[in-house]
Amino acid sequence: MQLDIPKKLQGFVDQARAVGKEVFRPISRKYDLAEHEYPRELDLLASVLDGMNEGDAGAGAGAGKLKQEGKPKRDGIRNGTNMSTVLGLIELCWGDVGLALTIPRQGLGNAALAAVANEEQLKRLHGKWAAMAITEPNAGSDSAAVRTTAIKDGDHYVLNGEKIFVTAGERADCVVVWATLDPNLGRAAIKSFVVEKGTPGMTVARLEHKLGIKASDTATRLGSSVAQHESNLLGSAEVDVNKGFGGVMQTFDNTRPVVAAMGIGCARAALERTRELLKGEGYQANYGRALWSSSAIEAELYRMEADLDAAFLLTLRAAWMADNGQPNSKEASMAKAKAGRTANSVTLRCTELCGTLGYSESELVEKWARDSKILDIFEGTQQIQQLIIARRVLGLSSTQLK
Amino acid sequence: MSFDPIGQALSALNKLAGNELLHKYGLYQPTQKIAYRATKEGFRAAVAIGRQWKEVQKLLKPERLPNAKRKNDLFDLSISEDQQMVRDTAQRFAKAVMREAAMKANDAAKAPEDFAAQFAELGLAAFAVPENLGGAAAESSVVTQVLVAEDLAYGDMGLAVAALAPIGVANALAAYGSADQQAKYLAPFAGDKVPVAAIAIAERRPGFEPRELRTRARIDGETYVLTGEKTLVPLATSAEVFLVAAELVGRGPQIFIVEAATAGVSVKDEPSMGIRAAGLGALKLDDVRLPRTALLGEDASAVDYEQFLDRYCSPWCALSLGAAQAVLDYVVPYCNDRKAFGEPISHRQAVAFKVADIATELEAMRLLTWRAAARAEEGKPFHREAYLAHVLCTEKGMQIGTDGVQLLGGHGFTKEHPAERWYRDLRALGVISGGVFV
Repeated sequence: MQLDIPKKLQGFVDQARAVGKEVFRPISRKYDLAEHEYPRELDLLASVLDGMNEGDAGAGAGAGKLKQEGKPKRDGIRNGTNMSTVLGLIELCWGDVGLALTIPRQGLGNAALAAVANEEQLKRLHGKWAAMAITEPNAGSDSAAVRTTAIKDGDHYVLNGEKIFVTAGERADCVVVWATLDPNLGRAAIKSFVVEKGTPGMTVARLEHKLGIKASDTATRLGSSVAQHESNLLGSAEVDVNKGFGGVMQTFDNTRPVVAAMGIGCARAALERTRELLKGEGYQANYGRALWSSSAIEAELYRMEADLDAAFLLTLRAAWMADNGQPNSKEASMAKAKAGRTANSVTLRCTELCGTLGYSESELVEKWARDSKILDIFEGTQQIQQLIIARRVLGLSSTQLK
Repeated sequence: MSFDPIGQALSALNKLAGNELLHKYGLYQPTQKIAYRATKEGFRAAVAIGRQWKEVQKLLKPERLPNAKRKNDLFDLSISEDQQMVRDTAQRFAKAVMREAAMKANDAAKAPEDFAAQFAELGLAAFAVPENLGGAAAESSVVTQVLVAEDLAYGDMGLAVAALAPIGVANALAAYGSADQQAKYLAPFAGDKVPVAAIAIAERRPGFEPRELRTRARIDGETYVLTGEKTLVPLATSAEVFLVAAELVGRGPQIFIVEAATAGVSVKDEPSMGIRAAGLGALKLDDVRLPRTALLGEDASAVDYEQFLDRYCSPWCALSLGAAQAVLDYVVPYCNDRKAFGEPISHRQAVAFKVADIATELEAMRLLTWRAAARAEEGKPFHREAYLAHVLCTEKGMQIGTDGVQLLGGHGFTKEHPAERWYRDLRALGVISGGVFV
């Protein structure tokens, strides 16, 4: 049993930290204030990441590398791409969460492609930045209730509908759109389509003004009679009532630990800066006295760190299970639930502990407290995660436990 | 505060009424009687068990266990086959013996008479003793001990403390004991009659800080003289030997080997809210004279006190995992069976989410505890990790304990269900600072 970061991954972590420090931090406040201005500094970064990922198929990291692996040979254990992606993203989000979401070719859509696209699609879409469009004005947590339709017409599908909260919805090269082939057939009829930028009928209606992660573009996309060749349907066109959502939902098992990682990075930034500022005021917090013999500030630092380290280990565990062929749906949800709520409470508490500096725009602490909130909401809210965990632990179906 | 006539009168009346009832009706419940007596009785000299402490062999140098070695440097949560076998043994014992005995042991505030012997049959104490002293330990095995502690606490946390307290002493002797001390005190742990032993650190006051001990030791010629009082000592009235933390004038906190039969040593039972089967008690030292060889390691710089606190007190974090897991495993079937408003209460989100949070925080506690144990076993610095594990296990463990009772409603409040015992047991971590695992 060994729960430290392996030395062989430390170099990679250091590189990602360097990106967070040298590329993201210097422009963090700039794009927080200039919402919707394209961060051109990231184009160069994306090329660097592409170069890193072009190599060995088993190495590298990023959205396109996330998938459930098969079991390792005999009793070998792997620390693979799920773990390296998680570790790398923690460092990038320590830098800036919004900018990490804006790295070209690292969209949620890319994760979906990795999960369900077939060989031909993967080849055709190689090198494209893919956003994911699921949520609609009336369907968020209940993604089975999407009303965007995809009606078959010869060898094409015609898509109609409105998608909101599409991360990188304006900047990405293509969008993975969830639509139903037949609203009467329930979730079995929901499929995803890759719609390329510039396809007639697809427009960006507006970009959201947000509480945080302002560097990331969050778009509303309208689709009016968007014709898609059937080769753009990801995975199988078969409507199988017994299979339910299948494919694309599986993406979330792999991306939940990644979103958890985002929370950890963001909260670590806050905790680190808070410790730095407090040290200047004489608060060492070096674990030297029993909890109740410590000052209130030190005790709070310890509690936050304990929660955050726990969230970190839960996240590593979920990634480790994916790398080693172990089904990890419950563990992935545990990681996201813990990390989401912990990141939010830690970043908010840090603003308090930093006092007036924690509230001022002269420090990034207040920004991190704004950025963290969405991490407990998107890709499955806290409450949805708790629902998933509860169903597993109690052995209940979705009709039993609503 | 000014004279309060009504308060005074009520107090006097209460005393009178109490005496009269007891006397007139003889209304003693057996358990009440024991509890009443235990708190009323003063300190008494420790019962001399009759063990003669003598060196079984002559060691030239102390036996230290080497650090565990990993076969690769990968993040890995697997448990080895050997570890699983030991767990299976512990789990069987927990189920067959400990769960059965828990309630009665709780009420009596003591482990059953034959418990120590039954536990000794598992041979687990031998894993704390190096091979050259007749034991089974080839290397440091903190992780295995953590796994076992959880499994035993799953049976009953109080009984687990009773079982593991002596092993904590053995571990400390293996880590810090001088050659002579090991030959005399450690070797018997690999034998037939495992010594009843415990570590005594805590002192009776709120805000106790283990680095500021009021139990004092001074040098007087060829002896140490110890004075002070310890509390929350497992097996206090049956222990044959203690490891006592005392402030040595000018040298900071030190650990002393104190045989129970030494003049000036007295003990009494002091039952607590929880982990009652551990037989908690107080240990008083009245100018106890010890030979200079009683200092653990026989040198004032032999023991790293911080490390001692982290590692050798008791496996508190690991124990809390067992009790918390017991809560989770109990509430799941209960909530699936219990019906209200036309369906099982587990079908309602408020109940289901509480269960989900118990499960999540339990995993959080477990991973932090394992991380600290894995690092300790390899000889890596682990104080920060141990500290954080203790902070989390204290808070989340208690939350789980209280949620466990809540989910059972009124039934959770009665002794009909074990939830109320786990509630009381899980509070223990909050009053013990430091001490993560053996």
